Amino acid sequence: MDGIHDLGGRQGFGAVDHSPAEPAFPGRWQATARALMQIVAGAVEASGGEFRHAIERMDPGHYLTSSYYEHWLTGAATLAVEHGLVTHAELEARAGGRFPLSGPALAPGVADAGPGVGAPRFAAGDRVRVRDWHPPGHTRCPGYVRGKAGTVVRLDGTYSLPDVEAHGTARRHEPTYSVRFAAADLWHDGQHGVSVHVDLWDSYLEPA
Amino acid sequence: MSEQGHHPAPLSPVERRVAALEALLTERGLVPEGFIDEITRRYESEIGPLNGAKVVARAWADPGYRERLLADGTAAIAELGFGGPEGDHMVVVENTPAVHNVIVCTLCSCYPWPVLGLPPAWYKDPPYRARMVREPRALLAEMGCPLPGDVEIRVWDSSAEVRYLVLPQRPPGTEGMAEAELAGLVTRDSMIGVARL
Repeated sequence: MDGIHDLGGRQGFGAVDHSPAEPAFPGRWQATARALMQIVAGAVEASGGEFRHAIERMDPGHYLTSSYYEHWLTGAATLAVEHGLVTHAELEARAGGRFPLSGPALAPGVADAGPGVGAPRFAAGDRVRVRDWHPPGHTRCPGYVRGKAGTVVRLDGTYSLPDVEAHGTARRHEPTYSVRFAAADLWHDGQHGVSVHVDLWDSYLEPA
Repeated sequence: MSEQGHHPAPLSPVERRVAALEALLTERGLVPEGFIDEITRRYESEIGPLNGAKVVARAWADPGYRERLLADGTAAIAELGFGGPEGDHMVVVENTPAVHNVIVCTLCSCYPWPVLGLPPAWYKDPPYRARMVREPRALLAEMGCPLPGDVEIRVWDSSAEVRYLVLPQRPPGTEGMAEAELAGLVTRDSMIGVARL
């Protein structure tokens, strides 16, 4: 989905609130939220894709105005409700107020993911173009590289395609690649001497 | 006790939500005794950038290790005993006088936990994720890492299974230093690529 989480290249954000060092958790509730997501994801056997998509489906306004661990809390509670561990009414009654959850998935689950891809279609040095498409479900193909051409710089392993695993028990495995894009090919104001590397699954790519 | 008789601060709305989910999951028997404390302790005391600093110092001190680290990051990092979730597929990218590397995750917050610990808040927040792929030279300068115009910048967006670690350049004047001393020079930010040493 073209969700709010897909932030690469968005403009209008200000300075990075940089600190050179900080504690692992700012407080107790953040540590608890993190542990609860781990517990829920384990209990419902959520894949990495399903876990990430539970956060990506947050209301955009809520996503941008809440901290990282509130994202984890919201994702954990959403998965817990969707898998029947708890109900939304129970959560709100116990919290004594609103308990916003993420919205429903826009894409249906995939019953049959089809055969995986065995041998990589591309080799290091090949020119490739990222498919210019807008899948309604989870994807790990950032919006800012869609339709753009780049060069394969590294072949990585064959991994479960997040677009499939996020929506059910089906799995499809594909090779992944690191693709180098010249900044000038990504942005009209792309900076000289800059390249951006994005790691992409096989089916996100076509020959350029 | 000075705290005696004081009421604890009222919980914020998000704290009440965390407590609600924790209570409901506990009642259903899904929260093992001590689990939350154990997870918290592990990330607070065992896993952090000191691990990555040891990797970098070894690479500076031992050319053979540096070669192995750049060829197969996961295996070389495992030699020092580090690995696990978010560190199963490591790629180490080396800074040189001509090339500067920096890591980001535009879609969420992917980060090499076994060597750097949990990511800092600013790494997970929208400004860094939005800007680092679009205007890295300006953002690095803003964050206190100005680079000469002729230094090439390579940004690595951790969008699949690989997690990246930057191998910073060894600072001049450190030739006589032992490995442990070298590790003390390595900062978390230099291994993300938002600082040079």
